Amino acid sequence: MLEIKDLHASIDGTEILKGINLTINPGEVHAIMGPNGAGKSTLSAVLAGNEGYEVTQGTITFEGEDLLEMAVEDRARAGLLMGFQYPVEIPGVKNVYLLKAALNAQREARGEGEIPAPEFMKLVREKLAYMKMDNSFLQRAVNEGFSGGEKKRNEILQMLVLQPKLALLDEIDSGLDIDAMKVVSQGVNSLRSEDRSILMVTHYQRLLNHIEPDVVHILMDGRVVKSGDKTLATEVEDRGYDWLTEGSVA
Amino acid sequence: MTGVQGFLDQLGARKQLDAEPSWIAARRQAGAARFEAVGFPNRKNEEWKYTDVSAIAKQQFALTDNADFDRAQLDAMMLEIDAYRMVFVDGVFSAELSSLEGLEGDVSVEPLSQALASNHEAVGGALGRLNNVDFSAFSALNAAFTAEGAIVRIGRRVALDKPVYLLFVSRKQDAPVMTHPRVIIEAGSQSEATIIEHYIGEEGAANLTNVVSELFVEKAAHLVHYKLQEASTQEFHIASVHIEQARDSHYRSFNLNLGGSIARNDLVAELNDENAVCDYYGLFFGRGRQHMDNHTKVHHNAPRTYSNENYKGILDDRARGVFNGLVHIKRDAQQVRGYQNNANLLLSDRAEIDTKPELLIYADDVLCSHGTTTGQLDERAVFAMRARGLDEAMARGLLTLAFAGEVLDSVNEPNIALRVERAVAGKLPDRFNLQDLVEAQDA
Ligand SMILES: Nc1ncnc2c1ncn2[C@@H]1O[C@H](COP(=O)(O)OP(=O)(O)OP(=O)(O)O)[C@@H](O)[C@H]1O
Ligand SMILES: [Mg+2]
Repeated sequence: MLEIKDLHASIDGTEILKGINLTINPGEVHAIMGPNGAGKSTLSAVLAGNEGYEVTQGTITFEGEDLLEMAVEDRARAGLLMGFQYPVEIPGVKNVYLLKAALNAQREARGEGEIPAPEFMKLVREKLAYMKMDNSFLQRAVNEGFSGGEKKRNEILQMLVLQPKLALLDEIDSGLDIDAMKVVSQGVNSLRSEDRSILMVTHYQRLLNHIEPDVVHILMDGRVVKSGDKTLATEVEDRGYDWLTEGSVA
Repeated sequence: MTGVQGFLDQLGARKQLDAEPSWIAARRQAGAARFEAVGFPNRKNEEWKYTDVSAIAKQQFALTDNADFDRAQLDAMMLEIDAYRMVFVDGVFSAELSSLEGLEGDVSVEPLSQALASNHEAVGGALGRLNNVDFSAFSALNAAFTAEGAIVRIGRRVALDKPVYLLFVSRKQDAPVMTHPRVIIEAGSQSEATIIEHYIGEEGAANLTNVVSELFVEKAAHLVHYKLQEASTQEFHIASVHIEQARDSHYRSFNLNLGGSIARNDLVAELNDENAVCDYYGLFFGRGRQHMDNHTKVHHNAPRTYSNENYKGILDDRARGVFNGLVHIKRDAQQVRGYQNNANLLLSDRAEIDTKPELLIYADDVLCSHGTTTGQLDERAVFAMRARGLDEAMARGLLTLAFAGEVLDSVNEPNIALRVERAVAGKLPDRFNLQDLVEAQDA
């Protein structure tokens, strides 16, 4: 599904990612943890195609294609979707319109026609109900005036409608109350299938209790310093990160 | 010959009205004299500081006397709406292209020449009352060339079943022409009507349209006035719109500008009695080297009068825009509310806007506010939308449309809204797809 090899990326001349290697197979859920400033969001941004970052070395292959050669929108249409750590407010653009335009863009890329309005509305309503959001969210401008938790739900709502092959979730758990955490996790879990993968960034073990990862990676100072199964997350929660650098130095 | 004299020389070529009434002759002379005295405005003139009209002064414009235009071509250009339609081709009325069938009751829609011929005294009270020769050099010129235009009279308590559609077509010809139409709208007390002034042109048409409109909104009348300017990008479009409002009247203007090389609109509303409400909505979208200038004025001449203004400017490439909005509240015009907002979106580094809101308040118990902002598209939003699969053009189009939304959402004529949307947003899914969505949602 996704293969990252020796990825180096910098911003404004400062190298942030310093040689990342990561492989995600279909059906797998991977979690990335690591201290603040380690480069987790940078990695997500590079995967999503944010032009502010310069890839100086390495390759990323997504479903056999050279991801770095693909435009932002083409990545999304091919099924790589990013759930943002800080979802952007888009005043004046209704949620329902963005959803429909996004879904149609994806369908068009697959050579399918526009989705008929009634079918679309049925789909969207179903997903809204799943995310425990009321219908009024559709008519509101994207994220405008949404609470932090509502913004995160809205990110997952988009995922549920667009059904990505690979969902990138950057700190989808931050700012969520306990109930919202359940709803969001359920949403994410419903995306899981044999041929879909998830890469999520988090600081907390708590999320991983809800969405069980197959692999946990620890990212520090632009490198994956350790990978393991979900017990690694528990270990990090107990011991912090310092032992990992000490370990690598020793 | 060009310049002031070149324009005056054309007066001889002007089509004479049959038995021109003496007051018209006097007006024309007064207009010519005034124009000769003041000449074209230049940048020292505060009202024209940012709008250079020397390209107009330098050009020689002829007059035309025929309204020949291909029917099919017109059909393709005009709005698809069910309306009472009068068509003017380079200022000349075309009965053939017009369609006034079904108009009945206390309403008249006719070319100015006809109204003058049949009863000139009935026109005398309105023509020139709100726009005398001294409003601007262009108004003087319009008066000097008084000949044709549209006059719409809506009787007391009449609620018009269809809009009145005044279509002005500018042809591309070997030599540019000028037209000086006058539009007079009399909305009788308690009447309700929608007037659409629409300016279109063949590609490459480089004529001068210099129109003056005078609108009288009587007691408790409701008048919605669209002015959709879609002339060619070589056209010179100068318009003065003057509105007089009586007690309890409601006037709503949509001043939508997409075309023109130089497009200048002056709007002046006189709110003369209590509870008169005036809404000014404006949208201008300039590209290439288009220059778009809107000067609006609202005079609150009586207590408890209300105005609400929202102008949006979108400028791309090297286009320039000017917005100048005056809210004037007379002494003793208490408990007035006057709101003004102007927001501009610059889509290119080389686009420019000059904006100047002015409040002149001589009463103390009033609620007034104005705000003006100028910005660019939010690149983070563009990215967020692309990250959902929308291509860049669509993302920018949607955001641009969202910017225009506050004005466009108030447009109640879907065909007009659609034209503006298409122009502003470029490639976009149909508005009606969206309409479907909203309906499906409500169902
Ligand atoms: N424009 C910039 N110039 C220089 N450094 C930058 C710039 N933008 C980000 N950085 C740095 O890149 C590093 C990685 O940031 P990133 O957002 O990827 O971290 P993170 O792992 O997501 O952290 P957090 O857990 O706090 O979200 C940080 O040290 C940050 O300060
Ligand atoms: Mg981060």
